[in-house]
Amino acid sequence: MSIEMTLQRAPDRPAQPSDVEIAARRDPRAEPTVVRIALITLAIGFLSVFVVLPLVVVFVEAFGKGISAYLSALADPEAWSAIRLTLGVAAVSVGTNLVFGLAAAWAIAKFDFPGKTVLITLIDLPFSVSPVISGLVFVLLFGAQGFFGPWLQSHGLQILFAFPGIALATVFVTFPFVARALIPLMQEQGTQEEEAAISLGASGLQTFFRVTLPNIKWGVLYGVLLCNARAMGEFGAVSVVSGHIRGETNTMPLLVEILYNEYQMVASFAIASLLAMLALITLVAKTILERNIDEDLPHDH
Amino acid sequence: MSVLAPRRSTLPGFGLTMGLTLTWLSLIVLIPLAGLFVRSTELSLEQFWGIVTSRRTLSALKISFGLSFAAALVNLVMGTIVVWALVRYRFPGRRLFDAIVDVPFALPTAVAGVALTSLFAQKGWLGAPLAALGIKVAFTPLGIFIAMIFIGIPFVVRTVQPVLIDLDPEIEEAAASLGAGRWHIVTKVILPSLMPALLTGFALAFARAVGEYGSVIFIAGNLPNVSEIAPLLIVIRLSEFRYADATAIAVVMLVVAFVIIFAVNRLQRWAQAQASS
Repeated sequence: MSIEMTLQRAPDRPAQPSDVEIAARRDPRAEPTVVRIALITLAIGFLSVFVVLPLVVVFVEAFGKGISAYLSALADPEAWSAIRLTLGVAAVSVGTNLVFGLAAAWAIAKFDFPGKTVLITLIDLPFSVSPVISGLVFVLLFGAQGFFGPWLQSHGLQILFAFPGIALATVFVTFPFVARALIPLMQEQGTQEEEAAISLGASGLQTFFRVTLPNIKWGVLYGVLLCNARAMGEFGAVSVVSGHIRGETNTMPLLVEILYNEYQMVASFAIASLLAMLALITLVAKTILERNIDEDLPHDH
Repeated sequence: MSVLAPRRSTLPGFGLTMGLTLTWLSLIVLIPLAGLFVRSTELSLEQFWGIVTSRRTLSALKISFGLSFAAALVNLVMGTIVVWALVRYRFPGRRLFDAIVDVPFALPTAVAGVALTSLFAQKGWLGAPLAALGIKVAFTPLGIFIAMIFIGIPFVVRTVQPVLIDLDPEIEEAAASLGAGRWHIVTKVILPSLMPALLTGFALAFARAVGEYGSVIFIAGNLPNVSEIAPLLIVIRLSEFRYADATAIAVVMLVVAFVIIFAVNRLQRWAQAQASS
């Protein structure tokens, strides 16, 4: 079961009935015009108030005092340090989860073994854990009162309130993304092509890089895209382990909070606008990738 | 004869990839989560019970679970309307609205939090007209409710959408040709076949809202016993170095989350059984 990944895949476009089909069977299946208009209005109204307006307000607030105020807010050293930290954390999280995701998908999709469903459920686990708890578990391990706290302290190692802790919490939160993007895709593609390559004398690594990887490249990008978006935007888990040291351990979402609480609205919303743009770009890229992945699925041809 | 025997070709790398998967899963996910439960066993049952049933914890849990349930109900109703409009009707901007359903997934929660707060604050675009009507949203439990609706939007829509698209039109046509009215067909024929997907979407939206932190804390007001959610209370207890309190609250929330995972697994099995029959 997957809490987020399967949901995030929009259903295949081609499966939708065309306008002509809809018109052809309008009679038995259509509601009265009044009902139809009322439902469309409700749907548009709901999405406008709850989704469109919050997005718009971010950019209006960010540019509320003009472009120069916006740019100078982004040029602040604290903003730059947050951007650097966020990029670093995202790189670690995408890198490690990419390696893990490829390994997990290979083991799960290409082989049969008992307990497979349990393993998939365990991989999905971080999706159903509250972000705050995802941070808390690392405080309990590495905090001053944690299991490894005293040992870390005596060796002068800092995990909490530093880069390693922030990266760990982010890796936890984004753990399932790549694996969940690849497992169903690789299961659908089966093992025939790889078996053919092996029987022709290719090594395991050659088979993976020459046969498997080209088949799953869009799926890999899809997983990386979602993993990256979540890694850059994570707030709750990171907030618990960061320590909020100014100019040092604040990621972009944490800086949004700090500036907001100091009533520095333009600065706060300027950072927020960068994150909102990241979200919009992610959504557009996701739509494009979904189309490419559907083409990679064997039953489409 | 041996040439004709079925070829049992096995791909290489199972041991390596499986080992890597189990090691990494244990290190990043399983051991840290187990640590939480081990930590909670350091508490006696009375201590645990005392923390969980203290007034402030109980209020926070009630606020989190109660408002999440209410928000998930709104998402159930509005999500059904949205998905119906997106799948069954054609209107200008339909594809755009279909795409923006995913915004609550993609938008970082802190950004959603400050945006919703600014929107619903007393001088905000929506807060001002509502204040004129005497309704205060930001910094009240109503604000928490609004934020929870926001983050739950995609769940019902995205779980029901594929099922509604795949729904066999002939069933509806048959019911109509037998003289059933449209309302009757929708409530007695269509909604029952959407039921597993609707309940799954509801459960997922509920689970997400219960654990949500970033989008809620800005708009919540965070008054103890009034508008303080359970995840925030965990953060507060941690900052006070009351690890035992934080752990106990977290264990309660995790157990509920696991129950929901189990329920959703069951629901999906039910959906598969229904689809194949």
